[in-house]
Amino acid sequence: MSIVVSSLVLAGLFAALAGVLTFAEKVLINYGVCQIDINRQERVLEVEGGQSLLSALFENEIYIPSACGGKGSCGYCKVRVVSGGGPVLPTETPYLTRRESRSGVRLACQVKVREDLEIVVPEEYLNVKLFQAVVESTRELTYDIKEITLALREPPEIEARPGQYVQIEAPTPDGSEYRAYSISSPSYLVRDKVELNVRLVPGGIGSTYLHGLQKGDAVTFTGPYGEFALSEDPEVEVVCVGGGVGMAPIKNLVYSICARWPERSCFMFFGCRGPRDIFYYDEFRALAADHPNLRVIYALSDPLEPGESWDGETGFIHLAVDRYLKQDGTRRQAFLCGPPPMIEAVTQVLAAKGLAEQDVFYDKF
Amino acid sequence: MEHQTAAFIIVIAAIFTNNILLSNFLGMCSFLVCSRQLETAAGLGVAVTFVMTCTATLNYAIYHWVLVPLHIDHLTFIVFIAVIAAFVQFVEMFVERFSPKLYHALGIFLPLITVNCAILGASLFLVIRKYSFTQSIGFGFGAGVGWALAIILMAGLRKKMGYSNIPAPFQGVATAMLVTGVMAMTFMGFAGMVSIQ
Repeated sequence: MSIVVSSLVLAGLFAALAGVLTFAEKVLINYGVCQIDINRQERVLEVEGGQSLLSALFENEIYIPSACGGKGSCGYCKVRVVSGGGPVLPTETPYLTRRESRSGVRLACQVKVREDLEIVVPEEYLNVKLFQAVVESTRELTYDIKEITLALREPPEIEARPGQYVQIEAPTPDGSEYRAYSISSPSYLVRDKVELNVRLVPGGIGSTYLHGLQKGDAVTFTGPYGEFALSEDPEVEVVCVGGGVGMAPIKNLVYSICARWPERSCFMFFGCRGPRDIFYYDEFRALAADHPNLRVIYALSDPLEPGESWDGETGFIHLAVDRYLKQDGTRRQAFLCGPPPMIEAVTQVLAAKGLAEQDVFYDKF
Repeated sequence: MEHQTAAFIIVIAAIFTNNILLSNFLGMCSFLVCSRQLETAAGLGVAVTFVMTCTATLNYAIYHWVLVPLHIDHLTFIVFIAVIAAFVQFVEMFVERFSPKLYHALGIFLPLITVNCAILGASLFLVIRKYSFTQSIGFGFGAGVGWALAIILMAGLRKKMGYSNIPAPFQGVATAMLVTGVMAMTFMGFAGMVSIQ
C-alpha cells in the first residue's frame, strides 16, 4: 500500500513541478518579436525572442562559423554586437581578447535575443549558404586519408575562392557539430561538386563520420568560409606550402591557377614524413609537365625505412622553401596549410625572403 | 505570541550561534570557491538567503501537509531536492525575465545553489528539530543570512590575505580552511546568547 501511495505522490508531485516549470517557460520566456539589424541596415531580421543569436541567424540562413553547435566550447561564432545583448558573460571571456571585448565582440551562441540588436558580421558570411549534397565517390589516398567527393543537390552550385573551406555537419549523440574541411577540387573549374581530403583522427567527430560515409549518403554543410584571397594579377608568383593532410587548399589553388593562368609562376611544396604519406604526386607531376612554370616539390622529413626508396627532396619543408625561392624582388603571395610548427617555420623563411605579412595566408590545425 | 518570539530567537540563533556554515560546515564548496571577491560573495549570499527562505517554507508545507499525513516521510530527501531544483529553475526564469540587471548579478549563481548542501540541510533541520511553520520560515531566513554573513566575512579576509606572505604549502584552499576554522571558533563566542537544539 505504502509503495503505491509513494509512487503516486512522487509522480504527482514531479508532474506538478514539471507543469509549473513548463507553464513558467511559456509565459516568462516570451520576449515577442525582436529585430536584428545586420551591418547597419543591410539586412534586418525579425526573429522570435528568447533564443540565442546564433540560432536566430541560422534560422534566417546566415551561417556564421561554429564548430561546437552552440555549446560555447569552440569560440568560432564571433560577431560584433553594437547595441543590445547585455554584458559579456563569464562563458565568453576565455575566447575573447581584451581588444575584442572592448569593441563589443561576442560569441553569438551565448548572446540571447531579448531585445532589438544591432550587429556587425563580416560581409562574406552573408554569402554563406547551406548545401545539401550526396556522396558521389570515396577513394583512399593513403593509409589514413580519404578523398571524398560530394555532388551538390540544393543549391546546385557553390561559388568559392580557391583555398576556402566548408563546415560539414556531423551528427553526434548530443546534437550536430560542425567541422571545417578545405575544398580540394579547383574552385574555378568545378562548381557543382566539393571534394575533400579527410584524415581519420581516432575519436574525431568529423573524420569518423566522413570516413564512414558510403556512396549515395546525404551530407549537409555550410560554406564557403575562409580568408584565402588569391591575387588576380598573373605577374604575382604564388607559393603554396602544405604539410601532412594540409593538401586540400593547396591542390585547389594549384589546379585553379593552372586553369586560369597556364603560364603563371607557381611553387607547390608539400612536406611528408615518409613515402607512405605521399599522395597526388603523380597527378601533380603530370600537371607540371604541361605547365613549365609550375614547380612541384615534395620533401620527406623522416629517414627512409629499409625497402623504401625516394629520389626527391628530404628534410623539413621550410628548408626546401628556403632553397628554391630566390631573393630577386619577385612579387609573391603565399598560402600555407599544415601543423602550427610548420606554419611558423615557413612564415619565418618567407619573411626573410621579403614577403609582407598581408601576402601570407595560412590555415593552422 | 510565544511562537512569534521563538521564531525571532531562531533567526538570531541561526545567524550567530548555530551558523549553518560555521557550526554544521554545510555549503562549503561554494563557500570556498566564491569567496575570492567581495561582490561575488555578496551576490551569492543574497541568492542563497532568498532561495533558502522560500524552499524552507515550501518544503515545510509539503512535508507536514503531504508527506506526513500520507505516512510517506521516507521520500523526504528526494522530494526536497526536487522542490529545490524546480524552485531554483523557476527563480532563474523569473529574474531573467523581469530584472536583467539582477539576473546578471545573481543569475550565474543560481545553478550553483541547486547543489548547495546548506539549502537541503536547512530544509532537513526544520524536520529534525520539529519547527512550526513560522519557526521554519525564520530558520530558513536566518540560516541564509548566516551563510551570507560567513561568506562575506570570508571574502573580506581573503582580500586581506592577498597582501600577506603565506608559505607556499599553505596558499589557496589550505589557508582558507584554517581561516574558516578560526572563524568557526570565534562564532562560538556567541554561544551563550541564545540557543537552539
